[in-house]
Amino acid sequence: MAVETRVTIIGAGIIGAAIARVLSRFENLQVYVLEENYDVGGGASRANSSVIHPGHEEDPDNQPLRARLCVEGNALWRKWCWELDIPVKWAGELMLFERNEDEKEAEKYLEWARRNNVPGVRIVRGEELFEIDSSISRNIKGGLHAPTAGLISPFEAVVALVENAVENGVRLLTETRVKRIVTRNNNVVGVETSRGLIEADIVINAAGLKADELSHSAGVEPWFRIKPRKGEYIIFDKDAEPKPTLILHTMPTPLTKGVYALTTIHGNLMIGPTAEDLPYESKGDTSTSLKGLDQLVKEASRMLHRTPPRSKIIKFFAGLRPEPPDGKWLIKAYSKPHGFVNVAGIRSPGLTAAPAIANHVSSLLREVYGLKLVEKKSWKPFRRRITTVNEMDYNTLDKHILENPDYGEIICFCNNVSKAEVLEAIGRMLAIGVKTITFDGVKLRTTAGFGKCQASRCRIRIALLISEATGTPLHSIIVKKASIGVGGVKTLWAESKEDVEND
Amino acid sequence: MIEQKYDVIVVGGGPAGLSAAIRAVETGLKTLLLENREMLGGIPLQCVHTGFGIHCFKEDLTGGEFITRLIDRAAEIGLENMVKTHVLRVQVDSASEKTVYAASPRGLLKTKAKAMIYAVGARERHQYEVGLTGDRPDGVYTAGEAQALMDIYGVLPGRRIVILGSGDVGLIMARRLALEKAEVKAVVEVLPYPGGLTRNIVQCLNDFNIPLYLGHMVREVRGSGRVEKVIVARVDGDMKPVEGSEFELECDTLIVSAGLKPDVDILEKMGVEIDPATRGPVVNEFYETSLPLVFAVGNALVVNDLVDYGVEQGEAAANYASKLLEYYATQRLKWRRVDRGRNVRFMVPQLVSGAMDVLFYGRVQHPEDNVRLLIRETGFEKRFSKVKPAEMIRIRIPAEELVKAKGERLTFEVVG
Repeated sequence: MAVETRVTIIGAGIIGAAIARVLSRFENLQVYVLEENYDVGGGASRANSSVIHPGHEEDPDNQPLRARLCVEGNALWRKWCWELDIPVKWAGELMLFERNEDEKEAEKYLEWARRNNVPGVRIVRGEELFEIDSSISRNIKGGLHAPTAGLISPFEAVVALVENAVENGVRLLTETRVKRIVTRNNNVVGVETSRGLIEADIVINAAGLKADELSHSAGVEPWFRIKPRKGEYIIFDKDAEPKPTLILHTMPTPLTKGVYALTTIHGNLMIGPTAEDLPYESKGDTSTSLKGLDQLVKEASRMLHRTPPRSKIIKFFAGLRPEPPDGKWLIKAYSKPHGFVNVAGIRSPGLTAAPAIANHVSSLLREVYGLKLVEKKSWKPFRRRITTVNEMDYNTLDKHILENPDYGEIICFCNNVSKAEVLEAIGRMLAIGVKTITFDGVKLRTTAGFGKCQASRCRIRIALLISEATGTPLHSIIVKKASIGVGGVKTLWAESKEDVEND
Repeated sequence: MIEQKYDVIVVGGGPAGLSAAIRAVETGLKTLLLENREMLGGIPLQCVHTGFGIHCFKEDLTGGEFITRLIDRAAEIGLENMVKTHVLRVQVDSASEKTVYAASPRGLLKTKAKAMIYAVGARERHQYEVGLTGDRPDGVYTAGEAQALMDIYGVLPGRRIVILGSGDVGLIMARRLALEKAEVKAVVEVLPYPGGLTRNIVQCLNDFNIPLYLGHMVREVRGSGRVEKVIVARVDGDMKPVEGSEFELECDTLIVSAGLKPDVDILEKMGVEIDPATRGPVVNEFYETSLPLVFAVGNALVVNDLVDYGVEQGEAAANYASKLLEYYATQRLKWRRVDRGRNVRFMVPQLVSGAMDVLFYGRVQHPEDNVRLLIRETGFEKRFSKVKPAEMIRIRIPAEELVKAKGERLTFEVVG
């Protein structure tokens, strides 16, 4: 049997998770994924446009790597979504132009599509535009149609990848913050974490916004810094119209791929993102603003023939894209220090390219470190999503309830999420190694709390189920980052009474 | 699949639904009540304060005491009910047949009923609906959620509290939290007048020295994990923040008490007409919606001030359902539509026939003194020394007044 190589991946975002899945194929690797948060997929991976890009917006001259891996990634996701049962919709996209002059700009992307081998891209004008999507504003002159664009739930994708990787032997360590890369004699020996030293022969830095700091700690690329670029989004209620059938967006700018108007995989109209470059030190600033909100509503009215009223907005949020210098991804396996691999500054189209990036990284391990990767015979490519009431017809639901009455107990009244789904989500979190089960983790896995009441009716009941499942007192169940309460009303009263008596 | 048949199906086991179902049984109708939570009772279960039952029991009861009486009565008369049963869809087969599909731990329910009384209550407006921006830390609750957390589940949500909105639930929560030694820093209200009843301003804020900032908004929430502070600003006449008027309040919890919206999800999917003023369904004097024999009562119809109003709506709807099931005549009636005139935010019911006396519930848009409520077409008027949005106008108008209107409209207005 071959000697085991210990590989540590820093970060359980979409990139770390995809790499973990790819490396889980090989029997001579012992793979760890370290994640500082309670759960996987917490950073840019959960707050983005959720688009699988076709690849015609990547400049083949200035960004050849991005262009190649984006197109490859788009193709790979088709297989991966099938294997991993990830909800996806291959909707196709339309880059809209309001003025005839814009068509010149669109021709540039047509040329890039040709050079990047993106199939089916063409310009659509006039009536055909409104026939393929009736939600488009009549002020729109034309659009660049790219049929291979898709929509995914990015968080569910991370969860699927991690579940599959763990089933194939990868180990996830959450609540483990990496402080620095430890090297000796120009060799990586491990990482220093909040839980102590973890030894490793190869360290893969997929730490998202913080990848630059860790890269510096390994002594490479001192010039490399990641800038947080904030994008705000708004989400409308499921019953708000219109619901674009295609992924609509405005012309790209140097900052973004434009603003999207799309119907998410969960069926809500979503508008975004804005684009705002933040200072380097603002890597935690995901705040929203009235300005951003106003801007998005305005952008939506440019694209759509009518916009739902603001009263139909049920959520706004912001995410930070990790923007590298010149927009260039830093994917490199170093020989000094030997064993250190950067997969850093993975800005858009990172979600799209993730499977291709992961394959690329595994070839780097072979080429640069001469690793002979031996495929496992028992590797399991498949994973099933949580069984959901919302996807069942009434007969199927009835059968499920007879087998397990928890399917008949609806916890989230907006999205009809049952107790069985909540319990399955908790079980799956425990199974991948999540130590602290958060309400947020259950919400993102089940869509409980995604609806028009935004969890005001189910948050406590889900927290109670977590409390029962884990034996943690209800008041200390973590919502996203903090606990749902500060203590039991009666016990706190008794304690404070003692204080008074002692005084 | 559990298939069953009833005369009336009541959706929602809170005060309005329970009262409707009890009365339906009393009138001899075969009745089924569905409730989606673990037990009957609805929101009063989480209300440890008094103010319940003053009209219908002539006693000042806590929410729990009040609702227990209805639950006991339901048990006494053997009301058939199912808890943990959530309606997924209602199919309208004909004027006198509806099929209700619901999920329950016993199986999928397929219930046919001649009439339906919809009493699912209201939903609270949350942080995103009031346009709250900034960070999205934990520690932001709607008032009802905070109330359930404390008084059903026994968990103190936080120690330093700011309350956004001066609706009654928020005011009651201010006092409730103060009683548990939490520090309630302020109640912030964007309007120049309070949203809740005067008795609650006095008993819940003044008695506990809790400051009320009228004409102020929470501009932003700050906090990386839990709420750390909120930034409050004064607003101008257009409800826009006045630059330079900002100040910070340090807190660990923000409670949003920004009003309720009737929960009309199921009705909307059935195609029932919705009144943009109440956000509930349009009903006639029988509490019947635009679909025959589909009734709506309680906070699912209109957000009521007092639980007693929901009870009387429920009972009335059940009485009418019983009569209409015997002899269905509403299509033959000529309806007059209630219009909103000066300083009238809404009036319920929205359709009247003139054939019977009608109990109206209404609300003004802004406070006024020494005014008259006037029906323009009939000359009917009633004097009020004070009207305010927080306090519902409840007025019975005799048939002979309503029938005076010659046209198809009745315009209610509040004039000096």
